[in-house]
Amino acid sequence: MRCRRCGTSIHRRKPESIARTWAFLIAAAILYLPANLLPIMLTSTLLEQRSDTILSGVAALWRDGAWDIAIIVFVASVVVPILKIGVIALLLWSVQSGARWRRSERTRLYRIVEFVGHWSMLDVFVVALLVGLVHFRSFADVQPGPGAVAFAAVVVLTMLASMSFDPRLIWDVPAKNLPPAPKS
Amino acid sequence: MAVQTGDDSKPELVICEHCDSVYQRSPLPAGAVARCLQCGAELYRNRRVDLDTMLALTVTSMIVMAIANAYPVVWMDLGGQSRSVTLWGAVLSSYDAGVGLVAVVSAACIFLMPLLQIAVLIYVLVPLRAGRVPQYFASAMHALRRMQPWSMVEVFLLGILVSAVKLAADAAISPGIGLWGFALLTYLLTLITSYDLHELWDLAAEEQS
Repeated sequence: MRCRRCGTSIHRRKPESIARTWAFLIAAAILYLPANLLPIMLTSTLLEQRSDTILSGVAALWRDGAWDIAIIVFVASVVVPILKIGVIALLLWSVQSGARWRRSERTRLYRIVEFVGHWSMLDVFVVALLVGLVHFRSFADVQPGPGAVAFAAVVVLTMLASMSFDPRLIWDVPAKNLPPAPKS
Repeated sequence: MAVQTGDDSKPELVICEHCDSVYQRSPLPAGAVARCLQCGAELYRNRRVDLDTMLALTVTSMIVMAIANAYPVVWMDLGGQSRSVTLWGAVLSSYDAGVGLVAVVSAACIFLMPLLQIAVLIYVLVPLRAGRVPQYFASAMHALRRMQPWSMVEVFLLGILVSAVKLAADAAISPGIGLWGFALLTYLLTLITSYDLHELWDLAAEEQS
């Protein structure tokens, strides 16, 4: 069946929502390890050579006294990805176990995750900028690390996961005192 | 989703996209937003699309986009040398340094998606303003909706700030014209993407009937 106005095929729910969301989410969770353990950036200067992971980059900002920026990066790069993976897993689990509790709050959680998700790309763009900017022969040079690739993949995968989740599934389990709704 | 019940161009019923509740559409005061009573999702808003304003903002975005991409976003002075970076410098350096995904994601989310958003919007708005519905209108509108989450100019703007702070301890950092370009582009894109696209569907339906 197709929409009379815009011609899109009409689905009762996003097709294969649960299976697709789990697939993206599990892939994101696996890549989350290299994204955090491997360096995202390698800096060499006359004085030192250092490699930074996402967390050590936040710590360096904090030590330099830029605590406000450190908090922003920490939220975007650490809190948001963990929150996203955790919340989407919780939503999937609650839908699959037929949970009836706090539907509107769970729907709201979904919206929060959708809204903040793309801010995690912050560190990826910072790596790209620094790699493009810092080439001062022997004085200072910045090279990207493999962690940046894994991290970019994590952000893309969590975005795909939240896009393939259908929040209407939260509302599909009928309330106890109502007659069951027709199965989709 | 909106349900067409008669031959009227304006749908009478609105279905919440997050929980499937069905509502009768009722007029809103200007600037108001209708939210779902059950789950709180936004249903529709009364932001009358003024095609002239919207087109003007979109064309301005296109010009600002060109400026933002053509000029360096940051300058850095170290040891008597001065270097700057543009968005494309950052993308190409990342690619050459072997992190292809970083380069592709940056190019797609900061350049390609915003550019397509602006171009497709101009493609839709110019004929609508002249009282015609453009060919491939439906596909264009779907594309606009799909591209929205991947457009990340505002995140890049914050990225420039973070990069500058990271470097400020060891080098002299100064903003480039591109930085102001991306700041203005963030503002303009926020304005033009805050319009309710359903209004354009309604306009197109009026033209076709």
